[in-house]
Amino acid sequence: MLDRITHAQQTIADSCGSLDRPITIMEVCGTHTVSIFRSGIRSILPEKVKLLSGPGCPVCVTDQGYIDAVMQLADRDDCLIATYGDMIRVPGSDGSLETRGSKGNIRVVLSSEDALQWARERPDTTVVFIAVGFETTAPATAVVVKEAAAEGIENFSVLCGHKLVLPAMRALLGGMNDRIDAFLCPGHVSVIIGSGAFAQIVADYHRPCVVAGFEPVQIVEALAEICRQLAAGKAELKSLYGAVVTEKGNVAAQRIIDECFEPADGYWRGLGRIAKSTLALREPYRRFDAFERFGLEDGPGRENPGCRCGEVLCGLIEPAECSLFGTRCTPEKPVGPCMVSSEGTCAAWFKYGRARGRGK
Amino acid sequence: MCLAIPARIIELDQDRAVVDAMGNRWKAKTTLLPGVKLGDVVLVHAGFAISLVDEEEAKKTWELFAQIDAFESTQNRVSG
Repeated sequence: MLDRITHAQQTIADSCGSLDRPITIMEVCGTHTVSIFRSGIRSILPEKVKLLSGPGCPVCVTDQGYIDAVMQLADRDDCLIATYGDMIRVPGSDGSLETRGSKGNIRVVLSSEDALQWARERPDTTVVFIAVGFETTAPATAVVVKEAAAEGIENFSVLCGHKLVLPAMRALLGGMNDRIDAFLCPGHVSVIIGSGAFAQIVADYHRPCVVAGFEPVQIVEALAEICRQLAAGKAELKSLYGAVVTEKGNVAAQRIIDECFEPADGYWRGLGRIAKSTLALREPYRRFDAFERFGLEDGPGRENPGCRCGEVLCGLIEPAECSLFGTRCTPEKPVGPCMVSSEGTCAAWFKYGRARGRGK
Repeated sequence: MCLAIPARIIELDQDRAVVDAMGNRWKAKTTLLPGVKLGDVVLVHAGFAISLVDEEEAKKTWELFAQIDAFESTQNRVSG
């Protein structure tokens, strides 16, 4: 293993030596963010290589408008809320699900199946599933929507906040952040969409895209591959995660996503409205749409004052540049979602980055 | 949130499975992975198997989790 790291480090050093500019690589996966911090990868990279965490944490990129819609549902007496644990502490304009859960109307679920099961057990009231997540998570929502339709479970509803990674990468390269030289592509999103899905980004924007898993050695090797390409003036698609990811991805999962959802324009925190970047329920499943059923809107929300999560998500600033970071905004008392989520960039900086800073 | 864990299918009834990773067992559905068999190692995310995983890769991940567990418990002891 040490051989592999040494070899990758040498490639990175050689590539940096032949380039007279810094190299900026963005990862768009919260699990990569955490793995990079936890393993201390930054500390073995030359100063020339800058790693940015992009919009890769589903909780973080969820717009404030959506969070506020969730809070409106939490205040109602005619519905129950089933949510993944990641969402429970995200602050809306006024409180979070955690602070509103006193009525026993909110339940943390590990799977969409648990949400549907709750609806089966409580036919007297509507269970709303807070469906966030990228392509990795969307199929799980689609499966239960189809089940609900097949079984006629009409008291089940979905507040669909699923997002697609590729349109966000395009939005960044299309003018929001022109410093990005290459992408470290998300491993588990690629399981679903296939590594081949990034070919179009490489072709359209001439940026290297390398898919990697979460083993630190593999991440370092992916960074080395990116540096090698940049030094050679190349932009190619590579996958180092062949043990899990195929070029075409999980076709059954893609099919069920297409069957239940259609791409829709939608809001992202920090990135704003991006065309065809979110998933909306399509006919005949639209009757399960909680936005329609409860007359809610997924408009652009108002950020918490002073919070700069949006700029962090676009890789425009580092967490420490936000005046709230580590002072008014900490993992115990978060202001913005990037500090709430364990995969958020600010939370990772707080947990791992500050400790390293103190050592210097 | 896209965290996914490799686990072995130890029970399978249509698309309802019980999976095992390092002795931890839980329910998962195989709806998104038609054709899986008892004994296959799959990547499980949010209660659904989303991909087949080769045995070596799964072992590496399990070892990594064990190391993180060991590391974090050391950290807790140091700080606590």
